[in-house]
Amino acid sequence: MLELIVISTLNGVLFGMLLFLMASGLTVIFSMLGVLNFAHASFYMLGAFFGFQISRWLGFWPALLIAPLLAGAIGAGVERYGLRRVHRNGHVAELLFTFGLAFVIEEVVQIIWGKSPVDFRVPALLDFPAFTIFSTNYPAYKMFMLLVSIAIFIGLLIVLKKTRIGLIVQAALTHPHMVGHLGHNVGRIFMLVFGVGTALAAVAGVIAGPALVTQSNMAGLLGPILFVVVVVGGLGSLPGAFVASLLIGLVQTFAVSMNGSLSGAFGPLSPAYASTWLADIWGVTVAQIAPIMPYVLLVLILILRPMGLLGTRDT
Amino acid sequence: MSEITVSAAPPLPAAAEKFKFYGLWLAAAIVLLLLPRIFGSGGSLTTFSLIGISIIFSLSYNILLGQTGMLSFGHAVYYGLGGFLVIHAINILSANKLPIPLPVVPLIGGLTGLAFAALLGWVSTQRSGTAFAMISLGVAELIASSALILRTFFGGEAGISANRTKLLKLFGWNFGPQIQIYYLVAAWTLIAVIAMYALTRTPLGRMCNAVRDNPERVQFVGYNPHVVRYLAFCFSGFFAGIAGALAAINFEIANSAYLGAVQSGTVLFATYIGGIGFFIGPIVGAIFVTFLSLGLSDLTQVWQLYFGLIFIAVVLFAPGGITGLLMMHRPLLKAGTLSRMLPSYAIALLPTLAMIAGGILSLETIVHYTVNPGDDSHIKAFGVSFDAASPYIWAMAAILLIGGYLVARKTWTWVGHAWDDATSVAREKGIAP
Repeated sequence: MLELIVISTLNGVLFGMLLFLMASGLTVIFSMLGVLNFAHASFYMLGAFFGFQISRWLGFWPALLIAPLLAGAIGAGVERYGLRRVHRNGHVAELLFTFGLAFVIEEVVQIIWGKSPVDFRVPALLDFPAFTIFSTNYPAYKMFMLLVSIAIFIGLLIVLKKTRIGLIVQAALTHPHMVGHLGHNVGRIFMLVFGVGTALAAVAGVIAGPALVTQSNMAGLLGPILFVVVVVGGLGSLPGAFVASLLIGLVQTFAVSMNGSLSGAFGPLSPAYASTWLADIWGVTVAQIAPIMPYVLLVLILILRPMGLLGTRDT
Repeated sequence: MSEITVSAAPPLPAAAEKFKFYGLWLAAAIVLLLLPRIFGSGGSLTTFSLIGISIIFSLSYNILLGQTGMLSFGHAVYYGLGGFLVIHAINILSANKLPIPLPVVPLIGGLTGLAFAALLGWVSTQRSGTAFAMISLGVAELIASSALILRTFFGGEAGISANRTKLLKLFGWNFGPQIQIYYLVAAWTLIAVIAMYALTRTPLGRMCNAVRDNPERVQFVGYNPHVVRYLAFCFSGFFAGIAGALAAINFEIANSAYLGAVQSGTVLFATYIGGIGFFIGPIVGAIFVTFLSLGLSDLTQVWQLYFGLIFIAVVLFAPGGITGLLMMHRPLLKAGTLSRMLPSYAIALLPTLAMIAGGILSLETIVHYTVNPGDDSHIKAFGVSFDAASPYIWAMAAILLIGGYLVARKTWTWVGHAWDDATSVAREKGIAP
């Protein structure tokens, strides 16, 4: 039991930190541009596939640097030549533009790399068990993922709190118009923020690619969870996104490792109707409902606290 | 007070306008009746049925997006649940020999959609704008994932099926042949379109528009925007349920794809491409997208990519959709200055088409090298055969694409100038705003 708790906590924190790598970019983009980037998970996928391709040509370490830069450049281009154009048509048009973009990116990835998973391997340097707890080997690569995401998290914190550009971004989180009035080149800041945000998502993609499955449906699988994180944390709140990322990471990881079901817990009390179509509810295990946990959490949060956990702004 | 209302109310329409209005619906009914006489083949009947279903679904979606300003990414939930309940209903009805004929059954789907919209809508519509979009996505994922868990009811991956011919017969119709299904879909389409049009003319429909345009002022007037959004959501769920029911009857099967993100995305594409600003927009969009998805898949391997690119192009260049583009020209037509636009359109069309052709050519060549590199390089796309390995083709694609783009950019600025001239003339005549 203790083993399960330790391993699941580690995995949960890891998944949560990965989510936060993406959710942070999404939140900052949303706060500054007012648009929720529907294609954000697609940049995560692009990162994974670019990472795969570049690691084939040059090895994993160059890929870790080049793939996010490439994805970030594409992101900046999308902001400059796409989003800025649709901006005058309102937020719905912007959201629809990123929705169409997500669709197109998935199609393009399918055309180039196919529909089946690609063979994106953990680099040989990190392919060993880091430590053993209670007979379970914990892979070093996962520790590496955890360290990278924590390092980026700390780096982001320092940039946001200590530098001038961070100051502007922070100001734009709460008073986006005021920042424009103060004479900053808002267009360039937007492009930069969009580029950095998508590059962060791509970093998450490169480091998650070898550990999870690198496949053309990975954006479609992760995207909705990402939006749940942002809504549960409170739209436009960075601390909220952090809390929600960890929460959802932990909830999902713990749920996967649990095998209990209603019939297991109340087996002797099995009611007569349990043999009808309700048998599904009666017999389903916690592990099986793990994929819907984030959405259940979303509905609960919406009923109990519509603003999100730490949200203050109403959109 | 009563004086104000009287003076504020629009004048009653003249007899001629009334005649025009009802004549339009009558004409639509006659066209629907006569269509199978002209295109009687099985394939076209199936296409018409699909279009009818898509029209109801898109119009129901536009109650949310166009009329109330709520962008939903999960509208297929109510469509799919309506479909599933109808399949179960047909099975129960035929097993128990209940005296309910098939034409009434879509109502069950509608009521299912309404019930689930009433249940899930209260939470979803608490917030509007971006938050609503994300919430609708989350709720849709919740339902779609649950459908895969509740295997007995939703039938898992395979879905559940039913036999529509086993119900009570009306006038000797057993609804086996596609022509009878066509008439069923056509009748329900007409009813649903009229009902949804009527809804836009009610005070509720007007309040929906007000909530879309300025929710804060709606609050000042004394309405609760949340309640208005909720009511619009319920109506939208009802009509989506009818569309889902008709789809389930048409295919005699309901599976988890009915509820999924692809279905929600398709209805969003259809509605937006058609145009959300006018009532007729989603109808145009439904017809266009159904033909496109049926036609493109024969013409090219990567039709979904073209589909996505068309959608992005509409969002970027024609946010009013197809109907928005057409309706833009109405003031010019009235002012008689439309003819000034035509030469510039004709000039702009040529390089634009060249650019598109170049784009398609390069795309198909790239697809050939990435998807099936080992195959014969003589490929066929959009009915045109060419050699993807030939450098001439590459050069032609590049020239068409880049040259077309450069020339098209110039010509479209001319179109812009011509447009300004034409509208300023129309404005002088007091027609254009």
